[in-house]
Amino acid sequence: MRGEIFLIIAGMAIATYFTRFACLVLFRAGGVPGWLERWLKHVPTAILTSLIVPALLLPRGALDLSLSNNYLLAGCVAAVTAYKTRNVIATMVLGLIVMLALCWISR
Amino acid sequence: MWGAGVSIAKTHAKPEPYLLAGEFWQGVRDSLPVALSVVPFGLTCGVMGLTVGLTFLETVSMSVLVFAGAAQFISMTMLGAGITAFSLIVLTTLLINLRHLLMGASLAPYMARLPMPLQAVLAFGLVDETYALIMNRILVKEYSPGYQMGCNVNFYLVWVASTAAGVFLGGYIPDPLAWGLDFALPALLMALLIPRLADRPSYFACVVSALVAVLGALYLPGKWYIIIACLAASAVGGFMEGECGSAR
Repeated sequence: MRGEIFLIIAGMAIATYFTRFACLVLFRAGGVPGWLERWLKHVPTAILTSLIVPALLLPRGALDLSLSNNYLLAGCVAAVTAYKTRNVIATMVLGLIVMLALCWISR
Repeated sequence: MWGAGVSIAKTHAKPEPYLLAGEFWQGVRDSLPVALSVVPFGLTCGVMGLTVGLTFLETVSMSVLVFAGAAQFISMTMLGAGITAFSLIVLTTLLINLRHLLMGASLAPYMARLPMPLQAVLAFGLVDETYALIMNRILVKEYSPGYQMGCNVNFYLVWVASTAAGVFLGGYIPDPLAWGLDFALPALLMALLIPRLADRPSYFACVVSALVAVLGALYLPGKWYIIIACLAASAVGGFMEGECGSAR
């Protein structure tokens, strides 16, 4: 194992464990302040969006809104599937099938 | 449902042990369907590790030590994009996992009476799914550390085993990137995002995050757009949440 990678994994492990244990120590009696609770509530939505949207709109690092952008087309299919089925496996499988088909067609 | 083992717990009188075997296996049984639904994620995690150039040991030890799906996917995406800055990856991990603070805070009143070492061990297994399971248990019966431990152990073993299996299976796919298999990650994240879009504050958080992320990806160096988009969008969502709350 490379030292650099191990350091990153160890850092991630400590950061993650901190988030899991800190509040058990901190909020034993009182509870979370309301403003913080409201702010934290939208962190997952914000971070998921900030990862998905650039991956679909800038797959090669430059903005690509054309129909030849396979990531954008397959991403739309995945979004509709996720909305209709609420099923992780269906979304991934259908999205990947569309992606593979588009890659095969545009070869 | 799984009522058979319940009465055993009641027969133990006052010096009640914290971890009852009956409660533990109840947790294992109840969490089995949910744990199995995590297998595709673990497989993807293993395949991704291989795709971004991590070794078997590196990929599996990440699942063993970190045990946080979203953070692992995101850090591997960053590593795959050539980002090896320790501070950036650890800070992103911290931001992604901030929601655990909230989950921990809501469990704190129930776990306060437990010995500190037991709290520390149970905290390691606090993931979205085990949190949902233990909160459900509190709703229908009462808090049980044994039950929580059962859920945690089950989830942990399934996660680590499916990651290892993913690394082995990934080896049989020739050059996954050439086939657009890197799309698996946005598709997976999409399936996690869509159910979260349930009210006005979450729509706005999503739109703000998308705009800031695209602008940031175009004009900012590295992957700082992730953190900036996250801070901006969650602040907007939180602000709107506050507006709605005071209006009522």
